[in-house]
Amino acid sequence: MRYPDVVVVGAGVIGAACAEALSAVGLHVTVLDRGPLGAGTSAAGEGNVLVSDKGPGPELDLELASLRRWPDLLADLGADVEWDAKGGLVVATGETAARTLADFAAAQRTAGVDARPVSPAEAFDLEPHLTRAVVAAVHYPQDAQLQPVLVTKALLAAVRRRGGTLRPGLRATGARLVNGAVAAVRTNDGEVPCGAAVIACGPWSGEVSAAFGAPVTVLPRRGVILVTAALPPDTVRHKVYDADYVGAVASGNADLQVSTVVESTAGGTVLIGSSRERVGFDASLRVEVPRALARRAVGLFPVLADVPVLRAYGGFRPYAPDHLPIIGADPRCPGLWHATGHEGAGIGLAAATGRLLAELVTGAEPHVDPRPFRVDRPGVCG
Amino acid sequence: MRITVDGEPHDVPDGRTLAGVLIAAGRVSWRTTRNGGRPRGAFCGIGVCFDCLVVVNDVPDVRACQRFPVDGDTVRTQRGAELPG
Amino acid sequence: MRIVVVGGGPTGLAAADAAARAGADVVLVDSEPRLGGQYHRGTEQRVDPRVRHLPDSTVWAAEGLRLHVRTGPADSPHRTGRVLDADALVLATGAHDRVVPFPGWDLPGVYTAGAAQALAKGQGVAVGRRVVVSGTGPFLLPVADSLVRLGSEVTVLEANGLTGWARHPRAVLANAGKLGELAGYASLLRRVRTRSAVVAAHGEDRVTSVTVARLRPDWSVRAGTRIAVDAVCVGHGFTPRLELAVGLGCRLEDGFVRVDATGATSVPGVYAAGEITGIGGADLAAAEGAVAGAAAARAPDPPTGALRAVRRGRQFAAALAAAHPVPSGWHGWLTPDTLVCRCEEVTVRDLDVALDLGAADGRTLKLVSRAGLGPCQGRMCGRAVADLAAARLGHPLPDADAFHRRPFATPLRLGELADTPLHPEEEL
Repeated sequence: MRYPDVVVVGAGVIGAACAEALSAVGLHVTVLDRGPLGAGTSAAGEGNVLVSDKGPGPELDLELASLRRWPDLLADLGADVEWDAKGGLVVATGETAARTLADFAAAQRTAGVDARPVSPAEAFDLEPHLTRAVVAAVHYPQDAQLQPVLVTKALLAAVRRRGGTLRPGLRATGARLVNGAVAAVRTNDGEVPCGAAVIACGPWSGEVSAAFGAPVTVLPRRGVILVTAALPPDTVRHKVYDADYVGAVASGNADLQVSTVVESTAGGTVLIGSSRERVGFDASLRVEVPRALARRAVGLFPVLADVPVLRAYGGFRPYAPDHLPIIGADPRCPGLWHATGHEGAGIGLAAATGRLLAELVTGAEPHVDPRPFRVDRPGVCG
Repeated sequence: MRITVDGEPHDVPDGRTLAGVLIAAGRVSWRTTRNGGRPRGAFCGIGVCFDCLVVVNDVPDVRACQRFPVDGDTVRTQRGAELPG
Repeated sequence: MRIVVVGGGPTGLAAADAAARAGADVVLVDSEPRLGGQYHRGTEQRVDPRVRHLPDSTVWAAEGLRLHVRTGPADSPHRTGRVLDADALVLATGAHDRVVPFPGWDLPGVYTAGAAQALAKGQGVAVGRRVVVSGTGPFLLPVADSLVRLGSEVTVLEANGLTGWARHPRAVLANAGKLGELAGYASLLRRVRTRSAVVAAHGEDRVTSVTVARLRPDWSVRAGTRIAVDAVCVGHGFTPRLELAVGLGCRLEDGFVRVDATGATSVPGVYAAGEITGIGGADLAAAEGAVAGAAAARAPDPPTGALRAVRRGRQFAAALAAAHPVPSGWHGWLTPDTLVCRCEEVTVRDLDVALDLGAADGRTLKLVSRAGLGPCQGRMCGRAVADLAAARLGHPLPDADAFHRRPFATPLRLGELADTPLHPEEEL
């Protein structure tokens, strides 16, 4: 039995993408997860691949790189992950929001985003059921959606095809070091000797990295999504956002933050997000959250008022204090790597994250600037 | 009381649900499924299976086995997924 | 002390009465317009006049000891919203028919046994003129009886043999009264064909015939014949309605809410009684309701009569379960095209594809196959999916409870949710 070159701890979309990229360059990879594969935060999101919500900066650069990578990666995987290049539409229903939106879109264009202002009439052409209270809108043709559980499974399947090993139900408890470097990953069922380990545990990365003796600060941010009954196919055609979405992502405010995101799925249901709360890992229902989501969704799409809402589901987004992903080598422990902290953008960022992590591990030229994501930065490490 | 179902008038005795009205009138189905276009009517009869959905006064997704009609209700077959109004 | 009882069947009625007698301020929330639940359909039931009865009221969410309720015509977008705070809750939400899938079960004219009973006893409507009642358990008999009284020609098929009772003589003797109740159906008993079942329904847009098969004890098919019918009523036992209990965090055991002798669940202040703690019929349900209602209201004297009745009833329930198993031979009735999830039209083949893709736990299986994602949120298909997946995987499906998790216990309109009150004083 051959020991893996790399053990990836965490079989969510980020861990899966890292494992796929590492296996693609010939490394032997084992992926562990304390639970089933792809059953954590990756199974709780909408499957967003977005540029529309990101202002100029490292995260946007990573997203644009990821967007360039996804089509080739999906072609390699050969799996149907319900990729839908549906595009996004951000709308403002008040003058202040309209001005903020216009400024934001202009800044995004300088960074390479295709952000096209459209008139209200054009917005109604794009979305016939949109509220007539819209005064300004921006169309983002690059926004896309995929099914996160399918893509995670497809990435992991590629790892297995290339001789890698998947081990769900195995909890990593730390590392065995030799001369201060990772020599094995300890688990609840024995050791896995390896040349390197990657911690990609999403909101649980803080806890797992601490167990490895190399803590990084990653905190959970609760998000809830409502799901309607299946509606006629073209009811909502794009990802449609209220212009206040941007503010909610960047804020560290502990209180409930809600801004509207409405979109259809391949199954015909409409998803309504998005909420952000700092309630630790408390998954219990707080009715004020779905109520706020419903209120704003009906505001954007009045026809939804009489539509049944079947369920709400939620997850915990992993965020670093400075709201940037953490991708790179641990400065304290040779052989230990981190890939986490993607907050609400993990699905979209997975393709570039995996590629970048593999480049860093193998010493290849990184295709994006890795410095903003380095582990050794204020607030993240130690 | 009187209601119309797919344009046809029906007299409704007290205490009868829409499903009771339809089944007593010989109907077994009043909806078509979204994917296969297959007919459905009542199945569980107690409001848990959501098969017996029908459009009442332009609002779809009403369980016929749970809904008691009121005079003047307009009921029609639901075709796949429908929007209200 | 404010007690809220959820469910107006035999369990909820008994609980509300007991809590009122103990001096509590009781609210009884029931989704039906009339008290009695499924069991007492067609007969008028009363509750202690001190109890505040909220009919046509659905609890759609529970936040701790706070219930969110909508009152009005079923599925109307314009119901009234209410918030009820309680010092203690008694969950008496009952059960619904369990039906294993079979080819053609999605044809119009195929009903659950409960549907036929509700229509017959509640509204005097027969589901058909030439009816086959098929499944397992003594509940098939009252259904057949109701149909016969309405003039239908009825054939009753019991999938198991009737020897199971012989293995539990103490339970049978303790519940001799119950046997008497069943003896009332003696004439029907002669018409029951044992070790037989409907294993397929046939027809274009409605059922016109069924395949009736002789079964082995494991429910695999020996031989089948076709008979003409215009309606089929199927019942393979009952599935408890657990969503509120699960939403409140109550621990489950063997697929039911785990309770102690007083009906207390694992969540302080939350009690459960009746079919959600174990399928055992109306008498046991009522006895459990009386015990739980008294306990929830902190009655000073324990209801010893009810407690004895519970003990006897639980023995009977165990005998019942043993006599009417649902062995996995039904898997062999299915074809790849048989629907498993009716709402989302997910077939056996679709389920296999999802399992092949590595969806090996309940939640992932739901997301990948779409089974359980429709309006019924897994009520009809959850057990069948878990069973079929377990057979494929070679072990029980991990996180099969995913099919019980429903933060919204029932759907509501988005506009209703948008305007729902958040506090007890508001009423919209």
